[in-house]
Amino acid sequence: MNPIIPEPIARQPWQMLIPLFMLVTFGAAVLYSAAGGSMEPFAASHLVRFAIFLVMASIIAMCPRELVKLLAYPAYIGVLLLLLAVEAIGAIGGGSQRWLSLGPLVLQPSELMKPVIVLALARFFDALPIGMIPTWRSLVPAAGMIGIPMAMVLVQPDLGTALAIGFGGAVVMLLAGLPMRWFLTGGALALIAAPLAYFFALQDYQQRRVTTFLDPESDPLGAGYHITQSKIAIGSGGLFGKGFNNGSQSHLNYLPEPHTDFVFATMAEEWGLAGGLFVLLAFALILRWGMQVARRAPDRFSRLLAAGMTTTIFFYVAINLLMVMGLAPVVGIPLPFMSHGGSSMMTNMICIGTLMMVSRWNRLAPRGRIS
Amino acid sequence: MNKRGQQFVSIARLKNAFDRRSLFIGTLQGGIGLLLAGRMAYLSIAENEKYRTESESNRVNLTLIPPRRGWILDRNGAPLASNRADFRVDIIPERMADRDATLSELGSLLDLEPARITDLRHKLESARGFQPVEVAAGLSYEKFAAVSVRLPDLQGVVTQRGFSRFYPTGPAVGHLIGYVGPASAEDYEKERNPLLITPGFKIGKDGLERQFEQTVRGTPGARRVEVTASGRIVRDLDTRDDVQGKPIQLTIDGPLQDYAARRIGLESGSVVVIDCRSGELMCMASMPSFDPNSFSDGIGAVEYNMLRDDERVPLRNKVLKGLYPPGSTVKPMVAMSFLREGLSPDATTVCTGGLRVGNRVFHCWKRGGHGQVDMAKGIYQSCDVYFYHFAQQIGIDPIAAMARRVGLGQKFDLPVASQFYGTVPDPAWKLEKYGREWQAFDTVNSTIGQGYMLFNPLQLAVYAARIASGRHLEPHLVKTGARQPFAPADFSSEHVAFVRQAMSDVVNGPGTAGRARLPIPDVLMAGKTGTAQVVSLNKSDGKSGPWKYRDHGLFIFFAPFDNPRYAGAVVIEHGGGSGAAYPIARDVMTYMFDPQKGMDALRALEAQWGGTARERLSRKYAAYAAQAGADVKPPPRREEEIFDQVEAEARVDAAQPEQIADTPIIPRADPGGETAPPAPDAPEPAEGAGR
Repeated sequence: MNPIIPEPIARQPWQMLIPLFMLVTFGAAVLYSAAGGSMEPFAASHLVRFAIFLVMASIIAMCPRELVKLLAYPAYIGVLLLLLAVEAIGAIGGGSQRWLSLGPLVLQPSELMKPVIVLALARFFDALPIGMIPTWRSLVPAAGMIGIPMAMVLVQPDLGTALAIGFGGAVVMLLAGLPMRWFLTGGALALIAAPLAYFFALQDYQQRRVTTFLDPESDPLGAGYHITQSKIAIGSGGLFGKGFNNGSQSHLNYLPEPHTDFVFATMAEEWGLAGGLFVLLAFALILRWGMQVARRAPDRFSRLLAAGMTTTIFFYVAINLLMVMGLAPVVGIPLPFMSHGGSSMMTNMICIGTLMMVSRWNRLAPRGRIS
Repeated sequence: MNKRGQQFVSIARLKNAFDRRSLFIGTLQGGIGLLLAGRMAYLSIAENEKYRTESESNRVNLTLIPPRRGWILDRNGAPLASNRADFRVDIIPERMADRDATLSELGSLLDLEPARITDLRHKLESARGFQPVEVAAGLSYEKFAAVSVRLPDLQGVVTQRGFSRFYPTGPAVGHLIGYVGPASAEDYEKERNPLLITPGFKIGKDGLERQFEQTVRGTPGARRVEVTASGRIVRDLDTRDDVQGKPIQLTIDGPLQDYAARRIGLESGSVVVIDCRSGELMCMASMPSFDPNSFSDGIGAVEYNMLRDDERVPLRNKVLKGLYPPGSTVKPMVAMSFLREGLSPDATTVCTGGLRVGNRVFHCWKRGGHGQVDMAKGIYQSCDVYFYHFAQQIGIDPIAAMARRVGLGQKFDLPVASQFYGTVPDPAWKLEKYGREWQAFDTVNSTIGQGYMLFNPLQLAVYAARIASGRHLEPHLVKTGARQPFAPADFSSEHVAFVRQAMSDVVNGPGTAGRARLPIPDVLMAGKTGTAQVVSLNKSDGKSGPWKYRDHGLFIFFAPFDNPRYAGAVVIEHGGGSGAAYPIARDVMTYMFDPQKGMDALRALEAQWGGTARERLSRKYAAYAAQAGADVKPPPRREEEIFDQVEAEARVDAAQPEQIADTPIIPRADPGGETAPPAPDAPEPAEGAGR
């Protein structure tokens, strides 16, 4: 190590933090443009939130393993109760809602559930005697732990978040070493269930999004409008884009939600393919670091925790980018670290903080030690 | 349940599985990353061109600027239809968010009357898609600005500076020029031109505006603007100016047209004046009329109901679509046919007030009889018995042939949408139409211009011009360069001279229209009076009672009689006899030769009538609107329908005199027939009182 740089700074995971800072700064620049060339109302609050949640992530990173293990189930149950509270308030208020208002804070419990489900499952598989892994005793409780919050989020209704919870949980189960056959069977069942779910479980507007995704030209001014305009924005950017603050699609309101779900399209219009590859590269570096942290983790709990957190971030990135490029239906999932929005920033920074925490554990424990 | 799992599960094995599976997930992530990079490259490189074009077509909106219409000029280059700068407000229905709120906001900003708002609501309901609806035009700058600054709250409302059509003489040219209005859905179906649905663009709806639409339309300008998704204009990119349509120069004399229209006064009728040398139509006035200026945004409900309720049918162009029995005005023509058949003008008969033909007695209008009558006296005294007598000898066919020769029943080659051309009855026609034989009384009726005979005022004017000039004159409406002189008609010049003299005597000699003498020393006008009955004698005396039953008053004329320069016809519907018609002809001709004298006469009359035609029309509108309020029936959605209806009714009205054609007409004692009192007093045409 370079002795000039103090050790507490040098030991930070800069291979992740540098791409992260660049991504957030770039995101702020795009939001500055999306607001018509102004820090308000998006870019400034984006940076402020990032700063706040970075402090939160640093605090998370300090947590000792035993404390985290101890708090895993209470946290899970707490978030479940919050979800229940959302349902109850919605039922009393006579309409569905996703938020809890706690004074000035607006809390979206379903967002919290994404990292918490990973934490709880990691704790579960850590405690499970390894002989039981290939038996139903591993499967049924885990499936229940995933299924209950998924169902509660689905009735909100919020398909995107429910899928994110399911995906995070499934990845932890997969990495926990559950028999591959179960996943193949589960995948096959999902294929069969998908059309049934389409016809019986999805809301009208969700059905329309799926059909429009399959054929966006069928309704270019209606539901297909989002996809079409997003593709126009990305495609018209070309190699190097139209230039900072020159995106006509976003500035003239053709692009829906240019500061949240479609922030990538806003970026691509002004920065072109070069900007897009930069964003992809930054995410790749962050995610690769996350997987490395997981692989280097000394014990089962930290491994599963780190890998689950990484895939949760990945799920956000992948679904959002597939959507804006017209490869997936429109589901309301924002792009981590670039989209404007407190809830998603919080979730993703919880994931980052957890990864930093595991990374710290790795550093403290000698490699190869097995707990 | 899993034998292998039961046997081999161990920490090491789980670690191994984790490593393999996390590698798999990492690979999957990398794969999706590559897929995204590839997709992004495909969109931004391979499809870049396509999407750049789409982004441009999103961003840039091409707005057409309605072209200024070509002017319609009179023979001296004065505008009959011009354009004036205008501030206007339109609505594009499809872009409206809250119809009622927007309408009431506009109503208070622009001080619209309730009736106008009701009209607008009807129009918005029937408008399709992007077809704009005009809210108001001709606004003051203050009102225009008041709406403009509130545009962000008024979705679908468009304010514009443009040009609107202006007709300086208003009602005087209504029927001739027509009017302009927004294109209807049918127009747009026929001509899929985006210009037609551009706010502020008007097409010709009637008359010459419609006939010469393509000539006067011009080429639209264009404005490229940057717009937001909701249609708000961000900035101008560039502008191409419009090219004004070509002007049309008519042969009409604007001041004369206006004068004649005003001179018709409270009566319902038409005045046609033709230049005898060139055949150029100098005046085609038809009154009462509508003000084309007030039609430019469509026909309002109040206005429509007012025009519709008027039994004098202000929507009908009576010059072309009014068909009237010509009455005694045909007598010079009948005399021409007698001459042509070799009848000596000196041949006489004795009029005792009636003539027995077969077992029927046909009356002369002068019950006491004219005594000894030759051809000249037959014309200037309009003696019916003279014509009954010789027509029995000569027969109907030469008369019908002569009628056709002078242009009666003829359709002229004019740029008009429709002209009714009436009937020259003869035995073959009657047999075909009614399946009945020609009777002696049919010939009798025809010689005095009754029975089945029906002509429009334009034909009567052409007839007068052909007799006056002795040439085969064709009427023209559009001014062109030098024309070939017309070929001489198939009449002998002595016959023409003879008839001219007799017609001069009608006015200047011992004739039936002494009061028609021009108050100008050396210009003598020649003419012929006519009084046409529309119902049988037992229904009405023709002079009083219901307006619809009163006699038509007709007069054909030319001046100066010895070297005719102008010819024409005046027809006053239900005017109570020829006394309603010839004073108008006299004043119109006076105006031709001495405008000051003509104007003085008109001013005196207008003082009695209560203003010019335009002033009376707007007063009538105000009174009608006040009485009817906002609860009037909306006009038909298609303006074409209005005029189709007018035309259909015109045909029904034209057929009316045929109901009495099947019986011999008993001519009334024609008030104009008596040697007239010389001094003209102010006529009271509103009452149709006989003179």
